[in-house]
Amino acid sequence: MNVKTPSRLEKVLAAGLLAVTSECGPPRGSDPEVIIKKADLIKDYVDAVNITDNQTSVTRLCSLAACIRLKLMGLDPVLQMVTRDRNRIALQSDILGAASFDINNILCLSGDHQSFGDCSNGQNVHDIDSMQLVQTVRHMRDQGKFLGGDDIERPPKMFVGAAANPFADPFEIRVPRLAKKIAAGTEFIQTQCIYNLDKFEEWMKRVRERGLHEKVYILAGMTPMKSAGMARYMKNRVPGMDVPDELIKRLAGVPKEKQAEEGIDICVESIERLKEVEGVRGFHIMAIEWEEKVPEIVKRTGLFPRPEIAD
Amino acid sequence: MIVADKKPIEEIIEEIKDYTTILILGCNECVTVCEAGGKKEVGILASALRMYFLNQGKDVTIDERTLERQCDHEYLEEIRDVADQYDAIVSLACGVGVQFTAEEYHTVPVIPGVNTCFLGATEARGLWTERCQACGECILARTGGICPVSRCAKRILNGPCGGSSNGKCEINKELDCAWQLIIDRLDALGKLDDYETISPIKDWSTDRAGGPRKVVREDVQL
Ligand code: SF4
Repeated sequence: MNVKTPSRLEKVLAAGLLAVTSECGPPRGSDPEVIIKKADLIKDYVDAVNITDNQTSVTRLCSLAACIRLKLMGLDPVLQMVTRDRNRIALQSDILGAASFDINNILCLSGDHQSFGDCSNGQNVHDIDSMQLVQTVRHMRDQGKFLGGDDIERPPKMFVGAAANPFADPFEIRVPRLAKKIAAGTEFIQTQCIYNLDKFEEWMKRVRERGLHEKVYILAGMTPMKSAGMARYMKNRVPGMDVPDELIKRLAGVPKEKQAEEGIDICVESIERLKEVEGVRGFHIMAIEWEEKVPEIVKRTGLFPRPEIAD
Repeated sequence: MIVADKKPIEEIIEEIKDYTTILILGCNECVTVCEAGGKKEVGILASALRMYFLNQGKDVTIDERTLERQCDHEYLEEIRDVADQYDAIVSLACGVGVQFTAEEYHTVPVIPGVNTCFLGATEARGLWTERCQACGECILARTGGICPVSRCAKRILNGPCGGSSNGKCEINKELDCAWQLIIDRLDALGKLDDYETISPIKDWSTDRAGGPRKVVREDVQL
């Protein structure tokens, strides 16, 4: 696949190397140190860092400002953008704002429903959906035009990603849905956290059967479990999450103070196994409020050091 | 039909407590079907209010009337002779009826007695569910006859989102995921391949976004 943007992430992937991305959640306040600290912890261990956009609909410092922070620190940020809170004017405007700081990656999402967050009485926007946001960014980049048809001076140069959840229902539609996202212009995929490896491998098999793995870079989503309690919570409370009972049993089987370590071990083993899966082009390690563990995971899986990429 | 639900009586009392002659005005259309504002509900509300004022030791006259429709000048004319005898009218029609009554009787306060909820249908006795948001540009031909605008919590045109689980929506385990329904129906129609056609960005100017809407039909105008 040819490189179409200055994105570091795209270059790593295009070079055929396994990519590593991670993510930071911005703080619930305006202290920039929080982001700087998180970024410092992981910056040498990843190719790009996602900044979440008011994840779980809880109001936080905005993704764009945090991305600018990372960019100024020399990192390659991935701007996560949900269609829940912005209409097409605001989305295009924020894309240009990001592009003005040469933020070169975007992840297009619909966002969790606002009823999960701290503003459950608020409106949602959903003027366009995540697939149409992918189309929008590609249109702005490749045609150099706004949705309204006017020319953009200095169009954004963004590598365009989307999420995929191999575990959501209905399962029979998960591969066609990926095909649809690719047809919309998606260039990389970061998946939902993978705990059910068998089911993920089954999904990847179907992805390969349609040759989709050659049309999009798939990064497998990994989130280490901190405890059996977290695993149970993820299974029961987080929509679209598939946590097998054996995993909960394994975590519960070790003493509480050892569960975090066990969680990291499971994550490392999973990455080792998924590295062998044809079509998996890298890993998206989401260590939620546990960024300090990213270096260990990257090192133990042999993904360190990260490649030097010339600008 | 337009589905409405009863307002709490305390809220209605708060609005009318200072009046002495009140007309409770029902409507024979949608609100009768959804049992929120027909003749029966007019009677129930009137009795409850009489009881309330009696307990308060207040002499208040509460009359009852139910029109064929409140969203029609012709039927609203039926109360022309009596309307200004009242200090206030409590309309149990939908928001359209309340406003039409208020426009017709400009100097009489008209108070809503129901909350107008949505365009929906009776799924079972006592259960009404939403089916349409009147977006002004129907896409049902493309979505297996199931409307993602009104029935998907994120009105996603290219769904489902990642939160769909066991056929249910991420926001509530009791709520069907619209996109599961769409996919099931496309499957039943042998049209599952249509799923991969990307739904284009929607023109919302025919929706509420475009401002108050109008349908003008010169062919039927007098
Ligand atoms: S779960 Fe289904 S109905 Fe609910 S928001 Fe997602 S796609 Fe829409």
